[in-house]
Amino acid sequence: MSEFPILSLVTFLPLVGAGFILAVPGGDAEVVRRNARSVALWTSMVTFLLSVFLWVQFDTASAAFQFEERGAWMPAFNISYHMGVDGISMFFVLLTTLLTPICVLASWETITDRVKEYMIAFLVMETMMVGMFSALDVVLFYIFFEGVLIPMFLIIGVWGGPRRVYAAFKFFLYTLTGSVLMLLAILAMYFTAGTADIPALMEYGFSADMQTWLWLAFFASFAVKLPMWPVHTWLPDAHVEAPTAGSVILAGVLLKFGGYGFLRFSLPMFPDATIEFAPLIFTLSIIAVIYVSLVALAQEDMKKLIAYSSVAHMGFVTVGVFSLTGQGIEGAIFMMLSHGVISAALFLIVGVVYDRMHSRDISTYGGLVHRMPVYALTFMVFMLASVGLPGTGGFIGEFLVLLGIFQVNTWVAALTATGVVLGAVYMLYMYRRVIFGKIIKADLKAIPDLNRREVLVFAPLILVVLWMGLYPAPFLDVMHASVESLIEPFEQARAAASGVAVAGR
Amino acid sequence: MADVPNLIPALPEIFLVCAAMALLMLGVFQTGNEGKEGVKTAQLISNLSLTTLVLTLLLVTTIASGPVLTFGGMFINDAFAVFFKVLVLIASALAITISQEYVTRQGIARLEFGVLILLATVGMMMMISANDLMAMYLGLEVQSLSLYVLASFQRDDARSTEAGLKYFVLGALASGLLLYGCSLVYGFAGTTSFDTLAALFGAHPEEAPSVGLVIGIVFILAGLAFKVSAVPFHMWTPDVYEGAPTPVTAFFSVGPKIAALALFLRIMIGPFGDLAAQWQQIVVFVAIASMVLGAFAAINQTNIKRLMAYSSIGHIGYALIGLAVAGQGGDGAVREAGIQGVLIYMAIYLFMNVGTFACILCMRRSDHMVEDIDDLAGLSKSHPMMAVALAIFMFSMAGIPPLAGFFGKFYIFLAAVEAEMYGLAVIGVLSSVVAAFYYLRIVKVMYFDALADSLEKPIGRDMAGVLVGTSLIILLFFAWPTPLLSAAAAATRGLFAG
Repeated sequence: MSEFPILSLVTFLPLVGAGFILAVPGGDAEVVRRNARSVALWTSMVTFLLSVFLWVQFDTASAAFQFEERGAWMPAFNISYHMGVDGISMFFVLLTTLLTPICVLASWETITDRVKEYMIAFLVMETMMVGMFSALDVVLFYIFFEGVLIPMFLIIGVWGGPRRVYAAFKFFLYTLTGSVLMLLAILAMYFTAGTADIPALMEYGFSADMQTWLWLAFFASFAVKLPMWPVHTWLPDAHVEAPTAGSVILAGVLLKFGGYGFLRFSLPMFPDATIEFAPLIFTLSIIAVIYVSLVALAQEDMKKLIAYSSVAHMGFVTVGVFSLTGQGIEGAIFMMLSHGVISAALFLIVGVVYDRMHSRDISTYGGLVHRMPVYALTFMVFMLASVGLPGTGGFIGEFLVLLGIFQVNTWVAALTATGVVLGAVYMLYMYRRVIFGKIIKADLKAIPDLNRREVLVFAPLILVVLWMGLYPAPFLDVMHASVESLIEPFEQARAAASGVAVAGR
Repeated sequence: MADVPNLIPALPEIFLVCAAMALLMLGVFQTGNEGKEGVKTAQLISNLSLTTLVLTLLLVTTIASGPVLTFGGMFINDAFAVFFKVLVLIASALAITISQEYVTRQGIARLEFGVLILLATVGMMMMISANDLMAMYLGLEVQSLSLYVLASFQRDDARSTEAGLKYFVLGALASGLLLYGCSLVYGFAGTTSFDTLAALFGAHPEEAPSVGLVIGIVFILAGLAFKVSAVPFHMWTPDVYEGAPTPVTAFFSVGPKIAALALFLRIMIGPFGDLAAQWQQIVVFVAIASMVLGAFAAINQTNIKRLMAYSSIGHIGYALIGLAVAGQGGDGAVREAGIQGVLIYMAIYLFMNVGTFACILCMRRSDHMVEDIDDLAGLSKSHPMMAVALAIFMFSMAGIPPLAGFFGKFYIFLAAVEAEMYGLAVIGVLSSVVAAFYYLRIVKVMYFDALADSLEKPIGRDMAGVLVGTSLIILLFFAWPTPLLSAAAAATRGLFAG
């Protein structure tokens, strides 16, 4: 293993880029804009290439944290700068670094106002997100987790749609409320265990009573972030009002904070409470899958529809995570990754027509296939991936989740599976109304197809989605060892419980 | 040796008070005190005052050593005192720096301004070093009397006069309460010295104190709660903040608060430390009430100075959580954690608040000050750097990491959780969410609203310097927190050792 601090480099390189943009002197407005865009693009590309290096160097046989770095930060409080990734978090880092350059590229022409600030906000956000996924100290984790709020608040509020102020406040206050309770839980853990180190906390073993409270406090935060029904209402608002790239990051990465949090904290640190609360999670998830899918079906706004579909997909993720089986959890992680790519792409797809027509209403469109064949094809790929068609990344995740939950509870599995059907209904229904039919609206008759930049944006995403669907092994291999060690205590508990049940009879 | 007390520990105060007198003399004997000449004199005095404060700061830090008592045990100089004196001196120096442009423009550039701030600073340093009820009262009055005058310094303005009068009447009432409390304590304990009181109460910890003594402590608590503007003794704050000239408000919101809080901590932990069971519940109540009122009452404010008044009430509530923790008892480490949290909180609060007021002082349009939050509309377009600075302060006050304000709250809640005061901690974090709303509103006005009527453009050099300095401190605190943490730890140990 190299001593080179690659993880810190990946985390803080975007910040350096942001500082660079800030330092470039203002002159001609157009030049400033161009510089900001190029600096942001290059920085995020280099960051992505560096993060690929993480994957190449990753030791798939080990469940331990890799690329660890440790530095004194607040020695008096025994809080340190501790970073590292394992099989669970590694791909989230990659997802973040992949989506950021795509966001920069997607905003190339659409953002003309305050480009400098916009790019700085995205780069700062990238640092926060990568830091969040690789922090191995709870305090450090919390700082990154919360720090994301500031750039995202500004992105929604400054570059958003007409109701951006409402959406930005709702987003900020919802997440903050959940997070502050988590902060108290973090402090309580810190005092009970005497350390803020995540690996040490995983080993600690909290008392059953304490686990319940801590679990609930973390749940408050992650449920809002994920989001789970009934605290999901900020998401449609935030998505609809955010600029396209903001929605991409929101759906692609921020929603994964919750799922990642469950895997990193709730499961390994509070195993008893996790088993105890699993039925609650299943109930909420099933409601999310069925009810929210129906809500999605009724949407007239494309972005809102995709936002609700995200909530439904996240219902799958929580079911998978709390199935506490190897397949379920790997499926959940895989699903988060594929959803990160697919929903990001879907928002970009909406963004393409929004840039041309300035409307997100489904009724504005119709018959686009005649004017935009490449667009229709791209849309179809991601629409089907979202539905979970075999051969795309969406399928593997859904399949593994259902496989995992079926071993635990067939009823939950059956009810969750209806979400697959409902997902197909609302996605196909939207696709039909937007893409097929005759072009009857006069203003659609001259709508241009994807340009080179847009093709460049979608090409890597299509590749990734197909790769994930056709040959998922490289992804699953990385997760395998970490997930195995994560579910070990649950396997034991299950074995013990069945033993007791048999003995009891 | 018995006749002449050891003057070395009090040297900074002595130097400061002599310098203030000398500057007053110097100012009075300058040729011409009206018109242009007067402005020149005032500028000279205020520059000299600034130099004096810097020199005093050097003195305070150089003579710092272990706890030294002097004047028959009435005056103490320990690490705790040094920590707070440094904060207060920084606050005074920053207040003078940001006031210079303002007083000249408003036509209130008079030589008394600098001198009064110096005298108030002497009072505050006396409060911080007080080790006797009499010394405490003396310091408090020197400070308060200077502040009453400063509040109504813009004497042609009805609002400023009103603020001064209101502050005086209510402040006198509070001083009366405090003095009455002191006399009750003296009456029932027979001494005014903090050390003797501590020894007295520490000797019989199992014995319940007499009712009269408890009433005395409650009166002292009420008087101090007034001085730090904690609920339910906060009513004067919004009016005085709004009416007083803005640089004076900036000074009010930091210097006197920090000094009064230092006194609060010293008297509660020192002489009354063993009676914590008597006062701890009151502090808990005051902390909760201040946080909640600070959060909710600020929501509807349109005037930014009033908003800052409620915000400061809320911040004092958070700081008092630390004191409540220290009164909770338990082992020494927990109590120290509480006090240390307060110290860190106040240090960070100082910089955020001065920075915010520096921004408010930059709010002027066609030569008159504007104070409405809506006047900041579109600030991010017209003054991008100032908007960034103010946004940093607002996010920091809301307690969003990685800004310094988060760490202030972090250490306070750390202590509260350590003392297992979960209820207090939960109320604290939830009210910080409510408070986040109105801080965000300012960010919203600056960044999301369209530019209506730009504020005046060039920001003075002093002001820009203060803004850059304070915002960098707040922004980059997370990178290197150790100096403040270790200073606060040392100061806390000093308090508990004394």
